[in-house]
Amino acid sequence: MRLEYHVVGRDFQAAGGAAAKIKRTLRQIGIDAETARRVGIVAYEAEMNIVIHAYRGTVGIDILPERVNIYADDEGPGISDIALAMQVGYSTAPEDIREMGFGAGLGLPNMKRYSDELEVESQVGSGTSIRAVINLPTKEGS
Amino acid sequence: MQLRDVARILEAEVLTGEDKLDLTVEAGCGCDLISDMLAFTKERMIVLTGLVSPQIIRAAEMVDLVAIVFVRGKRPTPDIIELSNELGLPIMCTHYPLYESAGLLFTAGLPGWRHWPRAVGGAKDAP
Repeated sequence: MRLEYHVVGRDFQAAGGAAAKIKRTLRQIGIDAETARRVGIVAYEAEMNIVIHAYRGTVGIDILPERVNIYADDEGPGISDIALAMQVGYSTAPEDIREMGFGAGLGLPNMKRYSDELEVESQVGSGTSIRAVINLPTKEGS
Repeated sequence: MQLRDVARILEAEVLTGEDKLDLTVEAGCGCDLISDMLAFTKERMIVLTGLVSPQIIRAAEMVDLVAIVFVRGKRPTPDIIELSNELGLPIMCTHYPLYESAGLLFTAGLPGWRHWPRAVGGAKDAP
């Protein structure tokens, strides 16, 4: 099962809506609360990265029997130094965005914290692609 | 403690979710940045914040927070109240500043993330 949403840069009115729909759908189809929360947070951070930094993009998930794959692809300025962007506290969010409560420098670190696997690929002047994997709890272990 | 205790201790005005004041709150967090909130909160927690933004409500939905308390006498805008109503998320506002609000609740027995046993082993590398 795949869910995919279009995200528009700087549209703070709709921002967070895609992640909310993703999380609600996961709960509706019976995914456990903890997994739905982790997927929601990763999708939210990915969506907000597009809203804050990019021109447009898509956020989506693929729900598989043993895991949820989250993907986010944008057309935007890209990230010149991914290692730096992964550092807690580092942010390039402009001042007007910081006033809205963003720019903690925790976007990518949060995605890493809540996912089991995270890959970030970026091309400066073109855009950024993010792939995250969240494993579903095993029946025996949950 | 229950959400109604939070409202009483902070002399808070409950704006949405009056029917949910018997919900149990297990820990609290004070923050004014969205990503901090996503990093350092879990379900059954409340967040005290001076940030009045619809994104606070969106983020609260992501982590299944029990409620949001706006501090320093800040009042959420109608769109924030509408979104909270839609999501069934209780929100309240208090005239106390963030530091005093947190102190009052902590003194009354509401722990922070680190002192909340259930949080141990939750998100990786909690501060």
